[in-house]
Amino acid sequence: MYSFDMERPTSVADAVKALARDEAQPLGGGQTLIPTLKQRLAAPSVLVSLSGIAEMKGVCKTDDGRLSIGGGTTHAMVARNAGDIPGLASLAANIGDPAVRNRGTIGGSLANNDPSACYPAAALATGATVITNSREIAADDYFEGMFATALEEGEIITEIRIPVPEKSAYMKFEQPASRFALVGVFVAKFSDGVRVAVTGASEEGVFRWTEAEEALSANFAPEAVDGLSVSGDGMISDLHGSGAYRAHLVGVMTKRAVAAAS
Amino acid sequence: MPKDHGIGASPKRREDVRFLTGAGNYTDDINIHGQAYVHFLRSDVAHGTIKSIDTSEAEKMPGVVKIFTGADFEGVGGIPCGWQVTDKDGAPMKEPAHPVLAQGKVRHVGDPYAAVVADSLEQARTAAEAIVADIEELPAVVDMGKALEPGATKVHDDLDDNLCYDWLFGTDTETTQAAFESAAHVTTLELVNNRLVANPMEPRVAVGEFSRANGEHTLHTTSQNPHVIRLLMGAFVLGIPEHKLRVVAPDVGGGFGTKIFHYAEEAFCTFAAKACNRPVKWTSTRSEAFMSDAHGRDHVTKIELALDKDNNFIGVRTDTKANMGAYLSTFASSVPTWLHGTLMAGNYKTPAVQVNVKAVFTNTVPVDAYRGAGRPEATFQLERVIDKAARELNVDPIRLRRQNFVTEFPYETPVAVAYDTGDYHATMDKMEELIDIPGFAARRAASEKNGKLRGLGINCFIEACGIAPSNLVGQLGARAGLYDAATVRVNATGSISVMVGAHSHGQGHETVFPQVVAEMLGIDESMIDIVHGDTSKIPFGMGTYGSRSLAVCGSAMVRATEKIINKAKKIAGHMLEASDSDIELKDGQFSVAGTDKSVAWGDVTLAAYVPHNYPLEDIEPGLEETAFYDPANFTYPAGAYACEVEVDPDTGKVTIEKFVSADDFGNVVNPMIVEGQVHGGIAQGIGQALLENCAYDENGQLLSASYMDYAMPRADDIPHMESYVVDHSCQTPCTHNPLGVKGCGEAGAIGSPPTVVNAVIDALHSGGHAHVSHIDMPVTPSRVWAAINDQ
Repeated sequence: MYSFDMERPTSVADAVKALARDEAQPLGGGQTLIPTLKQRLAAPSVLVSLSGIAEMKGVCKTDDGRLSIGGGTTHAMVARNAGDIPGLASLAANIGDPAVRNRGTIGGSLANNDPSACYPAAALATGATVITNSREIAADDYFEGMFATALEEGEIITEIRIPVPEKSAYMKFEQPASRFALVGVFVAKFSDGVRVAVTGASEEGVFRWTEAEEALSANFAPEAVDGLSVSGDGMISDLHGSGAYRAHLVGVMTKRAVAAAS
Repeated sequence: MPKDHGIGASPKRREDVRFLTGAGNYTDDINIHGQAYVHFLRSDVAHGTIKSIDTSEAEKMPGVVKIFTGADFEGVGGIPCGWQVTDKDGAPMKEPAHPVLAQGKVRHVGDPYAAVVADSLEQARTAAEAIVADIEELPAVVDMGKALEPGATKVHDDLDDNLCYDWLFGTDTETTQAAFESAAHVTTLELVNNRLVANPMEPRVAVGEFSRANGEHTLHTTSQNPHVIRLLMGAFVLGIPEHKLRVVAPDVGGGFGTKIFHYAEEAFCTFAAKACNRPVKWTSTRSEAFMSDAHGRDHVTKIELALDKDNNFIGVRTDTKANMGAYLSTFASSVPTWLHGTLMAGNYKTPAVQVNVKAVFTNTVPVDAYRGAGRPEATFQLERVIDKAARELNVDPIRLRRQNFVTEFPYETPVAVAYDTGDYHATMDKMEELIDIPGFAARRAASEKNGKLRGLGINCFIEACGIAPSNLVGQLGARAGLYDAATVRVNATGSISVMVGAHSHGQGHETVFPQVVAEMLGIDESMIDIVHGDTSKIPFGMGTYGSRSLAVCGSAMVRATEKIINKAKKIAGHMLEASDSDIELKDGQFSVAGTDKSVAWGDVTLAAYVPHNYPLEDIEPGLEETAFYDPANFTYPAGAYACEVEVDPDTGKVTIEKFVSADDFGNVVNPMIVEGQVHGGIAQGIGQALLENCAYDENGQLLSASYMDYAMPRADDIPHMESYVVDHSCQTPCTHNPLGVKGCGEAGAIGSPPTVVNAVIDALHSGGHAHVSHIDMPVTPSRVWAAINDQ
């Protein structure tokens, strides 16, 4: 990697200040950025580590009953402490391997918005709110395509606030090599309806499968998805599967998520 | 009661203590005072003309010692090929030049065309970015079929075309044709044996050193065979006489074949160390490994099997295209021919077997031996076509195989080799017992209850190991002898160092070899150490590959130990005032037969080095003997494997529920290590069958260039140990080596891929998908789903 300066602020305010420096880049758990730096594919002049900011870590319940997760909370901590949303806890428990889960953070994953990452599906399916140092962004407005989000330069995800569904589940069909999601489906059932979000499949990144949401809102059962399908057009097609295969898996994983929802 | 020491015991691997506690000494652990680091610039296009390389800016960068391009290697030899195959018309194969750094053209993604040596690796990398290389991209040839079309882009402009050789072997065309014409049934199958990347845990490393004091070069390298590197690099590339070149391969973290070969980076570091007057070190990144380690397999084959009306095999005919990549790697030419064609008879007494192999140059990484090397390709096509035939004829696949087994030994095949011994029914019986054929129907029903399709696949294999009888392989085009050597050095107090030509890079030689010597001498194994991996310490042996270490080098060690025993008996006879013919050696004691007179091992060894009371007029002092052993024949391990898979018809995902192997390795010295070798080999075969796929796009870009896209088998891809049973109780000892051993290192990787694919096809047929007669490896979820759905 190229050489760079390193800052380790202990408050969000200091982190924002540090990120105002030229070519500064925030560093969460480093699970994407560090390999990128090692391959010399990025050359920030200063890395601002967010891992020393205590106020960005941890899981708790808000007064209005939502689950609040600090942006710097690791996957392992989410897996342990997000039991109110079983789909989210199991999602976190199955990201990568223990080393990844003990370093990688929910804020880092959402900021990166890898099209095959798991968290975007959970955030979108639950209608979560992404809270930054300067504003609140609804999940429906946050994801803007592969590796693209509504975040501005230097904006830090400090918290994710998630409504607690009555039932939820995440089903991931793993890409055989990376074990990222070839297709991952998060299903969240609320009293006023069901939301379904799909990751891994689309060239546009995470998306809501509204047709399935309507069917499942009427009847929350696997067979409600029978006969529904998403188009293979616009789906990722690569070494690991065609667009048509991914489209097929969206249906299979949705049904399995509904069956597993608790 | 199992033995607790010597041959047949399973002591824990002594080398693991250092490997598991971080005390190993791998090549990358070697740092020499004053060393510089090299970074290679590698082509990012598959095919291109080097118009110019401007290094002027880079040369001024901080820390730069020297920058090399292909021009620096003009007058230096190219990387040689160690085996000359003869075309069916009698012409030698085509051998294009393979310069250390590309000259004029780059021919695959990863082909090195320049190298920066600098004080630090980061400085070398930074300077490399300042090099301006004008490389004009040319059309690439990737697909072998297209590469052979008239007018195809040529990988090597000085050759007529991209055909390296067209090799025809086995039964003559007329006899083969007659067999097919008289057949009651012919089964045909076209298949691909997928290209693989070996991926040893330790990437390749080379550290070159040059001593101005004595003109001696030293190369520390990750090699399976340091003497082969010394011979090839010294004699053919750099012109360094052997006595001025030392090659050291210390602890090596896995090879799987890909560390047999002599690589350009080794020659570069040796050359540059002298040119820079500094030690020069290169450590491959994993990304470099994907595009510079020789790949494995990559055959496209059409195989036909002819059967008579009673289902006897009467003919096998194959037509294979074998990818050589852009250059000929060290043993590339021998893999699809002498390690593949010679195995096409399999376990069967088919009277007519004809093999045709066209070796093809393409703009891809060179392809060479990888665990099994040719034999997995032979086994895969033969056992897949037999399974297809059984299905077409509606006969039991086990019965069909049994009916055609070779049962009388020695057996001369129509493809040049003669099996010395074997019992294929015995391994088949054992396999049937282990997999529990009668219980399969209930297990299938249970799977179906869970919405899964269950399949049973079986497979037989034979391999030619213990490579190799030198006079035979010499006739076949080998440019090296394939004997091995061992020196047994007995010290004055009775401890022993055994210097061996074989190299251990995961096999466990340091544990197993002492078991043999200890058994022969009746002394404790802890008194014996193995020395390997350094040409300045060991005799000129040929290293480790082709499941040869114990069968060939172990035999040399036995011969040397026999010489030790003969001499020690003479010394003991003198001490005991008896004729040496009356001396018996048992449990480390020399005694006079029929008396209670004896001397201990240590008394004799001390006498050899303190020869005060010693027959100096008859024998020399000291106790050290060397033996070279050249095998009389290959060894022929064989076995029967079975596997049960579950297929999820909704996703196409295949899981292996059960895998059993019944191998005949002849005698077994350390059962634990043999079982470990087979477990590992099967896991690698499962990797090939279900996961691993080295893929290029049509422009020659490597699509699976990292672990993000190249799927290696992981622990949860193989069955739990209780369902992963490896058995070696069927033993027909090898008839021509002193230990009666055959070799076990490659069996698992040879026998398992067709077993898995046969099981998947069986599962799909049970689910009503009878139109699926074959799926190419790796049998990934998307491929299974596509096959089921005719996509």
